[in-house]
Amino acid sequence: MNKEMGFHIENVSKQFRNKKLVVQALENITLDICDGEFVALLGASGCGKSTLLRLLCGLDFPTEGSISAKGVPVTGPGFDRGMVFQTYTLFPWLTVEKNIRYGLKKKKLSKPEIAELTQKYVKTMGLEGFEKQYSNELSGGMKQRVAIARALATNPDSLLLDEPFGALDAHTRLSMQEFLLDIWTANPKTVVMVTHDVEEAIFMADRVVVLSSRPGKIKEIIEIDLPRPRDRKMKIDPRFIAYKRHATDLIYDEFLKENEEFASAAGNG
Amino acid sequence: MAKRNAFKDAFIPQTTLTKRTYLIVSVITFGLILAVWQLMTTMGMVDSLFMPTPKDTVEAGIRLFTEHEFLSDVKITVYRVLMGFLISVAVALPLGILMGTYAPFEAVIEPVMSFTRYLPVTAFIPLFILWIGIDESEKIAVIIFGSLPQLILMVAVDTKKVQHELTEVAYTLGTSKIAVLWKVIFPGAMPSIIDSLRMVLGWAWTYVTVAEMIGASEGIGYMIIQSQRMINVANIFVGILTIGFIGLIFDYLFKGLSRLLFPWK
Repeated sequence: MNKEMGFHIENVSKQFRNKKLVVQALENITLDICDGEFVALLGASGCGKSTLLRLLCGLDFPTEGSISAKGVPVTGPGFDRGMVFQTYTLFPWLTVEKNIRYGLKKKKLSKPEIAELTQKYVKTMGLEGFEKQYSNELSGGMKQRVAIARALATNPDSLLLDEPFGALDAHTRLSMQEFLLDIWTANPKTVVMVTHDVEEAIFMADRVVVLSSRPGKIKEIIEIDLPRPRDRKMKIDPRFIAYKRHATDLIYDEFLKENEEFASAAGNG
Repeated sequence: MAKRNAFKDAFIPQTTLTKRTYLIVSVITFGLILAVWQLMTTMGMVDSLFMPTPKDTVEAGIRLFTEHEFLSDVKITVYRVLMGFLISVAVALPLGILMGTYAPFEAVIEPVMSFTRYLPVTAFIPLFILWIGIDESEKIAVIIFGSLPQLILMVAVDTKKVQHELTEVAYTLGTSKIAVLWKVIFPGAMPSIIDSLRMVLGWAWTYVTVAEMIGASEGIGYMIIQSQRMINVANIFVGILTIGFIGLIFDYLFKGLSRLLFPWK
C-alpha cells in the first residue's frame, strides 16, 4: 500500500434502513486522497457527503467496499483522525483550556507535555484570555476555533471537517476560512471538508469532489489550480469565478434533477 | 416619536420584567392574598370556626412550637421525606442513566416503570400498612413508591437529551465506549437531572403528608389530621404553611447546589 496515501476509499457503498425504506446514501465511491491534500466534498444536502466523512472518521461503516487511512483499514475513530462537527460540540462543563486538554489526557501524555501543547494551541488559535471561559460564554466562531484546536492538539494525520463554518455568519465565516488556511499552511495535514458552499470549497481546497444526490456518487472532481497562499481577494479572481460558475452549474443540475424526480413521483402518486 | 407606555410594554408577549419590578409585583401579590384573608375573616364573611384570622394562625404557630413540641413533628417529617427521597435517588440515578444510555436497559425497565407510574400510591398505603406496619419504613416506602418510578423515567429522559455529537467527538478524542458514560453522558445530563430531583422532592412532600394522615403517631400530617378531629383550623393552616416554607428552603438549596456544581450554566 502506498504510504503517501492519506485516504484510500475503494468501491464504498452505504445503505441506511429506515423502517421499510432502504436509502442508498453512497454508491461506488472510489477516491484517493493524498497525504497533506486539502479536499472538499461538495454537494446539495442529502447527497451523502457527511455520511462519507463519518465513514472516514470511523463513526459509521460502509455497507460495501473499504476505507483505509495511511494504509491502515478504518475500524473506528482514532487519534490519527481529528473531527470537527457543524453543531457546536465543545464539552460545556469544561473550560476552553480543558476542552483542548481532553484528547491530550486521553493520549496519556506527561503533564508538562500536556501543559505545553495546550498553551501552544491556545496561542495559535488566538484564544489567549479565554482559557478559563466556558463554551456558552463564547461566540460561534470562537467555539469552532476551540473545536479545531481540540482536534489538532493530539496531532492527528488528518482533519475531518463537517461543515465547520455552516452555522457562522458571513463575515466570521470568511475570517475563519482564511484562519484555517493559515493554520493548514503552517502545519500541513490531510484535510477533508464537507460543505454545501461552492465558494468555500473552491477557496480552500486543492480538489473539489462534487457529489450527486440519491444515491451519492462522484459526479466530478475539480482540480483547483489556484496559487497559494490564498486570501479573500482570491474570491474575485476571474479564474476563481470560472471555477465557481462550473461548480455551481453542476450542483444546480443536481438540484433540478431531484426536483423533477420529486415532481414526477408526486404526479404518479 | 411615540411615547412608550411602561405598563403596556410589560404586556408585550414574551418580554421580561426587571428584577426589581418582579420583586415588587410578587411582594404585592403576597400582600393582597394576606389582605383578602384578613378582610374575609375580620369582617365575618366566613365562619371563624372554619377560617382563622392571620393573627390566630400566627398565635397557633407559636403555641404549637413552644407548647406542643411541633418541632419534633417537623423533624420527623423532614427525616421521612429525605430518607425516602435519598433512597429513591440512589436507585433512580444509576438505573435512569443506564436506561437513557443503553437500549437493552430501556427495554427492560421502561415498560414496567411506565405501568407502575400510573398506580396511585395512595391506594397502596393500606397494603403497605399490612405488609410493613405503621413504623418509619412504611412512610418511607410510600415516598419511594411514589417517587421512584417517576424519577427513573425523568433521569432517563434527561440522559437521552445529551447531544449525540458530544459522545461522537469524545470517541474521536480517544474515549472508549464504556468511558463515555462518565466522561460525557453523566456530566452532560447532570444539570437537568438535578432539576428533575428538585421536582420530585416536591411531590415527596405530598406522599409523606398522606402517609402521615393514615396510621402515624407523629409528623406534620399527623398533626393536621388530629387538628381536624378537634376542628382546630388554625393548626391545620400552620401545618400547611410550614410545609410550604420548608419546600421553599429546599428549592433554594437545590438552586444553590446547581450554581455550585455547574458554574458553566
